[in-house]
Amino acid sequence: MFTLFQTELYKIFRRPRTYIAFAAITALITIVQLGLKMDGKEYAAFVMADLNNTFQIDGKIINGYFVCYVVLQLLLVHVPLLIALIAADMISGEANMGTLRLLLTKPVGRTEFILAKFLAATVYTLLLLVWVAVLALFVSMWLFGTDDMFLLKNSYAVQIERVDIFWRYAGAFGFAALAMTTVAALGFFLSQFAENSIGPIVATMSVIIVCTILSTMSIPLFNKIKPYLFTTHMVAWKEFFDVKVNDSNETIRGTIQNPDKLIRSSLVLFFHIVAFVGASVYVFKKKDVLS
Amino acid sequence: MLYTMMQQIIQVEGLRKEFGSLTAVNNLSFSVAQGDVYGFLGQNGAGKSTTIRMLLTLIAPTSGKIELFGMPLSSRRKEILRNVGAVIEKPDVYKYLSAYENLKLFARLSGVRVQHGQLMDQLEMVGLAQRAHDKVGTFSQGMKQRLGIGIALVHNPQLIVLDEPTNGLDPQGIADIRNLILRLSREMHKTVLVSSHLLSEIEQIATKVLIIDKGKKIVEGTASTLFDPAKTVVEVQALDNEEAFRLLQESTWAGALQQNRKGVLLQLDRQLIPQLHKDLVAMNIALVSLQPRHSLEDYFLRVTTGNQHVDAWQDENIVSGDTQIN
Amino acid sequence: MKMMKQLYKIICFFLVTGVTVQAKAQDMTALVNKVKAKMEMVNDYVAEGKMKTDVAFIKAPVGKVKVFYKKPDHFKLKRDNGISILPKGGVSVNMSSLIAINSFVALSAGEAIVDGVTTKVVKLLPTNDNSDIVLTTLYIDEPHLLVRKAITTTKENGTYEIQMSYGHYTSYGLPDKVVFSFNTKDYKMPKGVTLEFDDPEKLSPAQQLKNKKGKVEILYSSYVINKGIPDSMFR
Repeated sequence: MFTLFQTELYKIFRRPRTYIAFAAITALITIVQLGLKMDGKEYAAFVMADLNNTFQIDGKIINGYFVCYVVLQLLLVHVPLLIALIAADMISGEANMGTLRLLLTKPVGRTEFILAKFLAATVYTLLLLVWVAVLALFVSMWLFGTDDMFLLKNSYAVQIERVDIFWRYAGAFGFAALAMTTVAALGFFLSQFAENSIGPIVATMSVIIVCTILSTMSIPLFNKIKPYLFTTHMVAWKEFFDVKVNDSNETIRGTIQNPDKLIRSSLVLFFHIVAFVGASVYVFKKKDVLS
Repeated sequence: MLYTMMQQIIQVEGLRKEFGSLTAVNNLSFSVAQGDVYGFLGQNGAGKSTTIRMLLTLIAPTSGKIELFGMPLSSRRKEILRNVGAVIEKPDVYKYLSAYENLKLFARLSGVRVQHGQLMDQLEMVGLAQRAHDKVGTFSQGMKQRLGIGIALVHNPQLIVLDEPTNGLDPQGIADIRNLILRLSREMHKTVLVSSHLLSEIEQIATKVLIIDKGKKIVEGTASTLFDPAKTVVEVQALDNEEAFRLLQESTWAGALQQNRKGVLLQLDRQLIPQLHKDLVAMNIALVSLQPRHSLEDYFLRVTTGNQHVDAWQDENIVSGDTQIN
Repeated sequence: MKMMKQLYKIICFFLVTGVTVQAKAQDMTALVNKVKAKMEMVNDYVAEGKMKTDVAFIKAPVGKVKVFYKKPDHFKLKRDNGISILPKGGVSVNMSSLIAINSFVALSAGEAIVDGVTTKVVKLLPTNDNSDIVLTTLYIDEPHLLVRKAITTTKENGTYEIQMSYGHYTSYGLPDKVVFSFNTKDYKMPKGVTLEFDDPEKLSPAQQLKNKKGKVEILYSSYVINKGIPDSMFR
């Protein structure tokens, strides 16, 4: 199993395609950072426009922590597409290349094979997120410094103290890892049903795009199905950036407004992963390799 | 593992595979002994690939039994596959890796740790040592085929399965593969199962031959008898073909007997036909017809060079020997 | 005839009351000036304290703040390494700037009790039309010459109320605690700007009860008075 896993990783990281995602992320984040570095004040003024009517907000609104949040908001919608690029190719790509049949004549179990492949896809996903964390969080912290975070929610604003933020990012990235692994699991599952990689990649992307649209449109009909869509739960990382307040409306350090929402979403995603991977194993074990 | 000369490496019984309503392999039984170069002949779509894939666990049989090295394939898959090397159809490997890297990767997956020297020896053997570190993407079809065989051999397996190894190769490439197979058999004492739709290829290397059509066995035998130009194939039609087959099996004709879909086939010298006729009558077999056919070679020439959907055993208008192998 | 009598009465009433108002206004100006004089003893100060923002739709932590003041109207509030949220016109958190209006009319409006202290209620009307302040009501603790409470109506920033408690720095007229209350406007972020695609969160009942009043509370722990501050601090 370990050998298999190693070989899978080796294959992933020897392919040029793998680095497209890293390059894309680097480009996206750099663009956002550059933009905020040049015009951060304007951006802040634009976002705060409504609030600025009543309040005067002083301090470094555009700081590293805030920039990271903006980047994540923009990026975590697109990272799934990059993950689909690799995950949905894991099996279909081998089928397409013709290597699948060769691999499966080796003395490796099919369950082992599929789990090793999924683990490798997960490692890729996690490394992609680590790369996002390095660029979006650490580079932003270095470029913009750190300060309190001032975030606008739908109906209220939250200010989180500087010392109370880093762990939230650790949690948010942990959650994002779970969410992105769900995407990987979906892509991986779909990957079995085709002998070319384009189909499963496009299918994975389509599922995510459609579900995301359903998740974000506030139409009563859609609202009913929202809780059942995994994309609805994928954005729950934001829950880390909302704090509880005490009776006198002061924020309490180290708290999360809706921890149960976070836990529920984590569980939903976790079960999705288990279901997708379980289904993958089930289907793959029965599969006749005709490629 | 050591096997005596007569040990059966592959034993297949009543193998059947259905894809929906299509029966790709139908009640196929055969066995391959140690040291054989077993030629697996049939036209495209005859069920060769499906059978080979079932032997390699790529496809699950609908029914039937497969044993390799005396072990049931379904329950001892890993153990068996450690001793099998295969090239299935096109020898596809990772194009973004070099020949050396591909070889190393598949050696590891086969469960052996191979030293650098051994890998290079292997590449040397298939004539790729000079290009060891070039990306496979830059290789010609023949080079890929040789690399594929190198990969099949890298873990020193007992049994080597080659599915259409000469497909897409130029004459020199075909000759190279042929020589390699002969070397494997004669010098390295490997058991080789090689499939092809070209009789000419099999004829020159195989010690035993199995011909299948539409998923069914047509004829199985040693190359020397099957391809003996002195022999003729005789088709016997009786009112009860099964009974006829059973009776012949118990008779002195058992050695010449071949099973067929519609009747009973015997391969024998032309001079023996009158004797066969007498014996059939003596056995009280209700004979409908007894027809000498053209030789196996004629049959196979037809299906490999001519139009594919001809069932030679039923076709009366067999084209005579002036057809050529492409 | 009867009508004439009525009219006379009315005129008399106006005359009398008019005079009274004028007389009292004089008094109040003196009082305000006294308070102002007391405040002017402070040329500048740097104060440290804690600031709490209590606005229904803002969740903010209690933060340490530093307040810088220099005569006549320089005022700056800095949060220690953080972001500070102050209502517009937040400068007025400082009492001195209120009184810094030079030309005004001060009218008496009786007495009232603030925090258990009897105070004179003074309506302060700026005579300068360009002043942002339309009206300020001061609740002055006469014996101590302290402003206990002020309600200011401005042209631009609505009405706000400042309530002060005194302790250690009474002699300088500097409060230990300032509570600044103001009306907040409806706040609704357009979607897309925030990129928050989650459900519109419902405010908790506790938050809803607090309606639209916002409060900023500053608790001063120490003042460093008249040690001089460079003007550059306020830029």
